[in-house]
Amino acid sequence: MTREITLSRAVNEAIAEEMRRDPSIILLGEDVAEAGTPFKVLSGLVEEFGTDRIIDTPISEPGFMGIAVGAAMTGLRPIVDLMFGDFLYLVMDQLCNQAAKTHYMSGGKLNVPLVLRTNMGATRRSAAQHSQSLQALVAHIPGLKVAMPSSAYEAKGLMKTAIRDNNPVVIFEDKLMYNDKAPVPEEEYLIPFGQAHIKREGRDVTLVATSSMVQVAEAAADTLSREGISAEIIDPRTIVPLDEETILRSVRKTSRAIVIDEGHQSYGVTAEIAARISEKAFYHLDAPVIRMGAMDVPVPFSPALEDITVPNAAGVADNARKICRGELIHAA
Amino acid sequence: MSAAKKKKHNTEEYLRMYTQMVRIRAFEDNANQLYLSAKMPGLTHMYSGQEAVAVGICEALTPEDKITSTHRGHGHCVAKGAHFKEMFCELLGKEEGYCRGKGGSMHIADQANGNLGANAIVGGSMGIATGSALTAKRLGTGHVTVCFFGDGATAQGLWYEVMNMAALWKLPVIYACENNGYSEYTRTEEIAAGSLTARAEAFGIESFKVDGQDVLAVNKLAGELAARCRKGEGPFFLELDTYRYHGHHVGDINRDYYRAKDEETEWKSARDPITNFGKWLIDQKIMTADELVAIDNEIAADAEAAVKYALDAKYPDVREVDMHVYADTAA
Ligand SMILES: Cc1ncc(C[n+]2csc(CCOP(=O)(O)OP(=O)(O)O)c2C)c(N)n1
Ligand SMILES: [Mg+2]
Repeated sequence: MTREITLSRAVNEAIAEEMRRDPSIILLGEDVAEAGTPFKVLSGLVEEFGTDRIIDTPISEPGFMGIAVGAAMTGLRPIVDLMFGDFLYLVMDQLCNQAAKTHYMSGGKLNVPLVLRTNMGATRRSAAQHSQSLQALVAHIPGLKVAMPSSAYEAKGLMKTAIRDNNPVVIFEDKLMYNDKAPVPEEEYLIPFGQAHIKREGRDVTLVATSSMVQVAEAAADTLSREGISAEIIDPRTIVPLDEETILRSVRKTSRAIVIDEGHQSYGVTAEIAARISEKAFYHLDAPVIRMGAMDVPVPFSPALEDITVPNAAGVADNARKICRGELIHAA
Repeated sequence: MSAAKKKKHNTEEYLRMYTQMVRIRAFEDNANQLYLSAKMPGLTHMYSGQEAVAVGICEALTPEDKITSTHRGHGHCVAKGAHFKEMFCELLGKEEGYCRGKGGSMHIADQANGNLGANAIVGGSMGIATGSALTAKRLGTGHVTVCFFGDGATAQGLWYEVMNMAALWKLPVIYACENNGYSEYTRTEEIAAGSLTARAEAFGIESFKVDGQDVLAVNKLAGELAARCRKGEGPFFLELDTYRYHGHHVGDINRDYYRAKDEETEWKSARDPITNFGKWLIDQKIMTADELVAIDNEIAADAEAAVKYALDAKYPDVREVDMHVYADTAA
């Protein structure tokens, strides 16, 4: 049986199901209990699991992140709720110097099975410190896995896999998608890491898109199909590990690729994926691989400015048209 | 100073304090309306109820003294001397805003009046304020820096690091904690162990608790501490008891699950900083009730005009989007 639920509900169900299954799971963060987070994603969990397992913390991000690392090393499986992805900067030492490296540094003897769930996404008029998409920052660090759900279905399946993984996993939810509904099975399912999803098949151009950029790619593909251009959409679902094979197979078929992600374009997720395509499918390419990320500026508050900083469907369609017609788009 | 002259001098100060508090309230009422009528992009955090803190402190400072502010920053901004027009323009993302629309409510800054900026990271300004005090000491400017933050921010480790250095280096900084009883949807008792003043005292920092609804008490203490900072006797810590009238942000409307209506009514009716100071001014025969009403009305009209101006003002040109990422460096 499948029903439509919101992304927010999907995350809530995944956590609740796993907490019922495994008593070693705890969840900690700011206003996660009675308030159920500012986005209300965790509503109802404290009523079922109590304040011993759904733990409200003070506004001490490095502190509770560190506590989660220690708890994970010694037998608990913590889920850390980081209210905004922008607060990653506060927890970087505990996440990157401690959690990410412990298994390796201990010669494989210590594990850090924890999930850091946080968010990303601009255009909420929340300005520069509440709008960033910082997945590239953590994807850069060996030892961390990074999941980017593109709908309620992925959000649930990836969350359950993350909780069962024996490594630190960072999950970025797009905060503009919390109320978006998608079909989600009633039965239990997990989505394995490192398995991309071919969201739509096509012949002429591959659109590799993460998280909410999948919606952008779909809208672009709709436009393109009316013009006779057939776009294939690949959603990597996890950027670490990355399902390179599915991406390369698609590009070998279409000979063209555009990579879309909401993080800043420079030194970003799009750059990494584009580089792999260029290295490994070079002789199949008919055009340069195009990166489309957010502009390299802090996210501005003014709606007049904010909206033009992130990739949109018209821009994707435009680039696709150009590479399909063989126009050199990097001349400018 | 002769008694008559002193009285006149004080009257001006009192009037300014009253006016500034009413201006903050008027600003916030209009900002709230802009949100409710869907004319303001995003969310904002109302300062209403806490006016005596910002005004009591900022009236004890010179325009060259610095402040750092928070996500709940409109009050600090007004109190430090900002104008309605540029503030409303900023809240609406317009070109004439203090930050050309790039910052918005949570990043409003007014360099000309010594406001180094609001901050959307809780506790994010604690280092900045302490650094500003280091500048003052190093350059011998005699300026004081006031670091405003909430009770919730005392959970940030940064505060303990910078207090240590400020105390070691005797920096002219006043850490002003506005304890409004809540951080977001959580009561302060649930997130703060022990005593806040004792924490600062552990670093050898002289600490005070004051009624943050009493503008005269706040102003008197802030004046003394600012003077002592200028003599090299800083840093100091101030815990100000206060209350926010609205939700955590303008969208936090159904809040019975974490805060009782009765409690809100009690603070608003018995401890309102503006009403109580107004009564005192009348009792002391410094102002008449009619004179106060005239002030209130004038400010309300000013605020309304500024809102109208800001609504009609233009957005920044899209070409500004990648301006100001880097500052120019002279060759
Ligand atoms: C580092 C960081 N963590 C969490 C938040 C989310 N947040 C914004 S305001 C707030 C509560 C702050 O409480 P307090 O310091 O008491 O200030 P008040 O809102 O009461 O003025 C929280 C948790 C944030 N902005 N920054
Ligand atoms: Mg507070």
